[in-house]
Amino acid sequence: MAKAEKEKLTRNQRKIARIRRKAERAQRKGRPRTRFGKALTKGRSNRTVRGSIALLINLFLFALLMVFPVVFLVSNAFKPINELFIFPPKLFVINPTLDNFTDLFDLLSNSLVPFTRYLFNTLLIVLLGSIGHILLSSMAAFPLAKFRFPGAKTLSNIVTLSLMFTAAVTAVPNYIIMSRLGLVDTYWAIILPAFSMSLGLFLMKNFMEQVPDALVDAAQIDGATYFTMLWRIVMPAVKPAWITLFIVSFQTLWGNTAGNFIYTESMKPLPAMLSQIAGSGVARAGVVAATSLIMFIVPVVVFTVSQSNVLETMSTSGIKE
Amino acid sequence: MTQTGKAKPSITLWQYRMGEIRRYRQLYAMIAPYFLAFSAFTVIPVLVSIFYSFTQFNVLQPAKFVGMDNYIRLFLDDPVFLTAIRNTLIMAVIIGPVGYIMSFLMAWLLNELPPKLRTLLTVIFYAPSISGNAYVVFRQLFSGDAYGFVNAQLLSMGLIAKPILWLADQKYMMLIVILVSLWMSLGVGFLSFIAGLQGVDRSQYEAAEVDGIKNRWQELWYITLPNMGPQLMFGAVMSVTNALAVADVTVALTGFPSPSYATHTIINHLNDYGIIRMEMGYASAIAVLLFIAMISINRFVQKALRKVGT
Repeated sequence: MAKAEKEKLTRNQRKIARIRRKAERAQRKGRPRTRFGKALTKGRSNRTVRGSIALLINLFLFALLMVFPVVFLVSNAFKPINELFIFPPKLFVINPTLDNFTDLFDLLSNSLVPFTRYLFNTLLIVLLGSIGHILLSSMAAFPLAKFRFPGAKTLSNIVTLSLMFTAAVTAVPNYIIMSRLGLVDTYWAIILPAFSMSLGLFLMKNFMEQVPDALVDAAQIDGATYFTMLWRIVMPAVKPAWITLFIVSFQTLWGNTAGNFIYTESMKPLPAMLSQIAGSGVARAGVVAATSLIMFIVPVVVFTVSQSNVLETMSTSGIKE
Repeated sequence: MTQTGKAKPSITLWQYRMGEIRRYRQLYAMIAPYFLAFSAFTVIPVLVSIFYSFTQFNVLQPAKFVGMDNYIRLFLDDPVFLTAIRNTLIMAVIIGPVGYIMSFLMAWLLNELPPKLRTLLTVIFYAPSISGNAYVVFRQLFSGDAYGFVNAQLLSMGLIAKPILWLADQKYMMLIVILVSLWMSLGVGFLSFIAGLQGVDRSQYEAAEVDGIKNRWQELWYITLPNMGPQLMFGAVMSVTNALAVADVTVALTGFPSPSYATHTIINHLNDYGIIRMEMGYASAIAVLLFIAMISINRFVQKALRKVGT
């Protein structure tokens, strides 16, 4: 008896629900019906499936346009020499080969300065530059983010201001300063300026600002020095930021040819020697394609691995007024 | 303590400041290394540039003071510089706003996607801006002979009768440089937008739905943009700075100097005098003008942006 009533009730409820749904459907034409449609509009009533699909199509067309040169670059690196000069040129490689890479390594192992030396130079510059950048930036960011002392605001503003012009503006006097300091033709001419890149300090300072004051205050009451506060409390909390700073300095230093600053061949970084190869013309088209791919892929892989940390840091990257 | 005639503050402002500085000396010690490097490689170079811009200086001989001569020469006696200004402005006016809006729109569209797909597309969009000199691939795409990819496609479709010299013909050079720069314009600002969009409070959208926001464009204008103020500002700074700094791309694609200076930019001109001709005084004057232009355009854009979405 009770069971039958219950069944009737649910049947009625279902009926009502069906009618209601029908009415809603009639009310908003073009609104999502299926689960797929709901996913597209995120279940929000003020969005249409058609609109979502149109936007997605735009997005993917744009993605195709963006990725096209990259596909060309990648497939070029695996093309045998006859395919590189085929008419009409093909986007995709037909008979992929590693010849270009073996040629590159042959070329490198026969060069006057061994390949490993160039690689060592670049790694040294990237590592020292990044470590110094992270250390100096976080040491400077912590006081600027957490304490109000005379000059703090001014210094922060100067750093933000320096985001507004590029290194090209200071290239000429930088050379003069480097030569006065006797740093021309040493690794330091590349490494030291990397220490004070303003984007790094800017991102680090913004990220540190959202570390709860209570943590810092508690440490201060416990009698910790500012250095201990930074190392024990703040640095572990801003891991995404120092990973981001590493990425920023890595990207800058990885592609650095040290063009005007280092003359000694055995101290030149990898990109310098790769651009020498690239300059050697049509005969080495395959090798050039292989080097382009290597130079391209490394920063992209490094970014991909750390992208979630970078995005977390970027969430605090805004310029406030 | 005895009271004398006038009430005196117990300490002067100066003493107070010095006290504060002493109190925070540990903090000053912490920021010192960074700001030492920052001064040496950013602040002092700017000041040095300003100083040398009033001199004639070739590094070997001592600098000779010449007053405003460099600036006068730039504007009255150097048609190439005027061409460079024109080119830089044309590029900046297109690359800046288009790159900026593109970064934002793409970040906004990406925000709707499931996380895995979003990550993949983020990497694809961001990769060109960090790819070092991967843009040399455009030399093959737009190569002037029939083996160039674009020429070959157009030829085989019968749209053109003979290959176009994309990178040497003045009609196309600027277009190609702008295209390539746009390809690379989804940089740090783009990442900032993605992160910012993810940070907008979901409940605001739900509330807006109830309050009668009709479609996603209204949602964008009334909710998303006002929530993104700081990121929009940061992205604008990055866009403006990048748009005015086009230089390596023109050298790699159209050569240096480019045919009839058709893609010669201010930074190309600066490098020409600063690095090749070693006329440091003259180069400094160019650097100072560029510095002023970058800062003032940035300031102007920031002022304009403050009015958006508020």
